[in-house]
Amino acid sequence: MIAQPAPKQEVLARRDAIVAGLRRLLPESGVIAEPIRLRPYETDGLAAYRQPPLAVALPETTEQVAAVLRFLHEEGVRIIPRGAGTSLSGGALPMADAVVVGLMRLNRILAIDYADRCATVQAGVTNIGITQAVQGTGFFYAPDPSSQLACMIGGNVGMNSGGAHCLRYGVTANNLLGLKIVTVSGEIIDIGGAHLDAAGYDWLGLLTGSEGQLAVVTEVTVRILRGPEGARAMLAAFRANEVAGACVDAIISSGIIPVALEFMDRPAIHACEAFAHAGYPLDAEAMLIIEVEGSPAEQDFLLSRIREICERHDPISLKVSQSAEESAAIWKGRKGAFGAVGRISPDYLCMDGTIPTGRLPEVLRRIGEMSERYGLKVANIFHAGDGNLHPLIMFDANDPDSFARAERFGADVLRLCVEVGGCLTGEHGVGVEKRDLMDAQFTPTDLAQQRRIKDAFDPLWLLNPSKVFPLVETLKQAA
Amino acid sequence: MSEALAPADEEGVVTALAEAYDAGVPLEISGRGSKRGMLRPVQAARGLSVAGHAGITLYSPQELVIAAKAGTRLDEIEAAVAAHGQHLIAEPPDLSGVLGVRAPQTLGGVVAANLSGPRRIAGGATRDHVLGVRAVNGRGELIRSGGRVLKNVTGLDLCKLLSGSHGTLAVLTEITLKVLPAPERCGTVTLTGIDPTKGVAALSAALGSPYGVSAAAYLPAGAAARVPALAWLGAAVALVRVEDFAPSVAYRTEKLRQELARFGRTELLDDGASRNAWRAVRDALPLRGEEGAIWRVSVRPSAAPAAAAAVVGAFGARWFMDWGGGLIWIAGPPSEAAHDAVVAAARAGGGTWMLLRAPDGLRAAASVIPQEPPALARITSAVKAAFDPKGILNPGRMYPGV
Ligand SMILES: Cc1cc2nc3c(=O)[nH]c(=O)nc-3n(C[C@H](O)[C@H](O)[C@H](O)COP(=O)(O)OP(=O)(O)OC[C@H]3O[C@@H](n4cnc5c(N)ncnc54)[C@H](O)[C@@H]3O)c2cc1C
Repeated sequence: MIAQPAPKQEVLARRDAIVAGLRRLLPESGVIAEPIRLRPYETDGLAAYRQPPLAVALPETTEQVAAVLRFLHEEGVRIIPRGAGTSLSGGALPMADAVVVGLMRLNRILAIDYADRCATVQAGVTNIGITQAVQGTGFFYAPDPSSQLACMIGGNVGMNSGGAHCLRYGVTANNLLGLKIVTVSGEIIDIGGAHLDAAGYDWLGLLTGSEGQLAVVTEVTVRILRGPEGARAMLAAFRANEVAGACVDAIISSGIIPVALEFMDRPAIHACEAFAHAGYPLDAEAMLIIEVEGSPAEQDFLLSRIREICERHDPISLKVSQSAEESAAIWKGRKGAFGAVGRISPDYLCMDGTIPTGRLPEVLRRIGEMSERYGLKVANIFHAGDGNLHPLIMFDANDPDSFARAERFGADVLRLCVEVGGCLTGEHGVGVEKRDLMDAQFTPTDLAQQRRIKDAFDPLWLLNPSKVFPLVETLKQAA
Repeated sequence: MSEALAPADEEGVVTALAEAYDAGVPLEISGRGSKRGMLRPVQAARGLSVAGHAGITLYSPQELVIAAKAGTRLDEIEAAVAAHGQHLIAEPPDLSGVLGVRAPQTLGGVVAANLSGPRRIAGGATRDHVLGVRAVNGRGELIRSGGRVLKNVTGLDLCKLLSGSHGTLAVLTEITLKVLPAPERCGTVTLTGIDPTKGVAALSAALGSPYGVSAAAYLPAGAAARVPALAWLGAAVALVRVEDFAPSVAYRTEKLRQELARFGRTELLDDGASRNAWRAVRDALPLRGEEGAIWRVSVRPSAAPAAAAAVVGAFGARWFMDWGGGLIWIAGPPSEAAHDAVVAAARAGGGTWMLLRAPDGLRAAASVIPQEPPALARITSAVKAAFDPKGILNPGRMYPGV
């Protein structure tokens, strides 16, 4: 388990006064302090870590967020910004002496502008909620994390989330125009707007993916895009990971960038097939799902080129969808992958490193060796075009030793990602989970520079503390 | 100014900045100096050029990444990726024509200024494709952020923060960029004789279509007349580009012509004419030869026609629009009155401005980019101090006192 610092006793001692202070700022239902009602907030998508907060504040407006932050800042109370709490890295994990500031009540769509292709929404609007609001006119919001039914745009900004289609459309950071933020001392600031490339330092870029370390986001202006005429998927299965990897290289070298290029290894194929009955080939070692967009004729053109490339790689099976229904069937297993692994093993850790795509076969081989050494099963799902690898490490939460091995296994995988030239996290964030691995990727000087930026925004280290940055004794954050 | 420092390698940059930090000596940071005329004049005792620190360090076409030292000439990088059928996604402009310089630009300069061309509207800005940086901060420390993989959210994103920071936070020494396959073909649909309001509406319709438009611009007649590939049209023109495999370009340009027919007469520019026209738009050639000042104004596209009309009314501005109307290039007299009119037009359009070129007097006196509100300005100062506590890197380049 990753150690969290001891709570500040003097804050715990003032609990009632802090709750009373929050009640003065928010409507009756906006402050939660009863232990039983704090339970839903004690964890996020990294469910092995649990800690009820001191209290939960649920503001309904930017001004209320500002009032709450100003008050907590004056009181020296730690603040945990929270969206839907689907973080897989423990990014929204509370601390005993912290107040969770939940943004879910800021859930209104404020403006949609089709001519200028942007929408302004509050931070608690779900990811899918944006697309649902605009899809009637053929538009969509591009980043589509698998958690999109639940996760909120503020959380997406916090984590710079990606999705299955980010090879073509980019991640959250590439699809934003503006933010409204509240600083830790309660000042409200507008960043950017409805125009491209605001002047001055790139605050939009710095804040995106800052994991609640720098400010609380209350409104987001996103770019919305007109969808393509259509999309179609194909499935290709191969005898070896090496061959599937070479096929991915060949597709990209041919000048085609599919909108999605997903890779599954043998255990992932089996898990998904057992769950979804999608017709995946069980004799394959590796499988690709490839999606292209355009008019039917354009889809045919691209799929036939990709098919030719796949055929040069001795495939076990190839299936080119002929319809939207067949495409959905191909995607069905992949989209249910987490649930599918969850059926084999109730508990699993979803890792999230990125590697140079050329190193995939070697990395999968070494993950296989680790799986044997730790005695834990693993299924690998990979956004093959961009190198983002998701090993799902299966363990038994009732067995502390199994969990401890799973954590060590996961850490080894991430160190391996860094060793081959990649990074610790491609889209899930550092959170608590990878905090103590940051030294593997960064030098002390690199980290000191990042800490000084944190200092500039949050001199008392009250915003989402003891995450992202390895704990150090001397700094204010340990105080 | 005494002779410029010209370290030949990263270690040399570290040493030079560590010494400047110890001595508290402000430096003007440059590559080959092609953008020295942008923003505010820097008050520095000495120059430091990274032009000597050059060369491509990694290129893996099938992994879509290229890395090079900051002093590498951009045209060298463009040629290297073109040799593998790839291109720089944000289509960075070559502004030597409008800036009136001959020096070739370097990778470091393009990233430090976050310059993007017409494809910005569809493919993102230069900063969107900066995957990794190595840089030396104002304390003489080597710092790194990002890496060489396409997806990376590990730690704070200093790649984006340093892009567009104009050398005021750290000296970039090496940059890794994402690249993509260059399209097989490009084609452009033009609408001629259309007024700015209808022109921007047409560009919005095209960008809101499912046909994957990769660039959209509007040139008044005078501006179009200066672009050889467009002059023959003899009128104001709205331009919409498609880039893809040849059959897709044929299909999509045809669809766009149908879609845009309701706005006026359409023509089709073939691959060669398209490339020439968009290179001219990219490099702001319609404003080449203009005396005086040049501004770039970024607004919401639907506000652009009014912004353009306002500066024409105020000082007879010459102008054209890129980014579907979202970017207005403006030329006019280098006076405070003209600058104030540009600022007012940008504000009215809910956007921002940059004084790209002007005599030193105006650059020093005017807000070359918008002043930030006090709460943000305090963060700017604090972040500047987090990188450059003694203020030795390009002091005053973006804001007075920063
Ligand atoms: C089944 C499943 C599938 C997933 N699939 C994907 C995927 O495909 N791609 C992907 O990238 N991620 C994925 N995730 C991870 C997760 O959904 C994303 O990180 C998501 O963006 C988190 O959003 P949230 O609203 O749940 O935020 P939370 O988990 O509540 O918070 C995330 C982080 O952002 C901070 N934060 C939240 N709101 C704000 C705010 N308004 N202002 C400032 N900081 C804030 C929090 O403090 C925390 O650090 C998946 C998770 C699950 C459980």
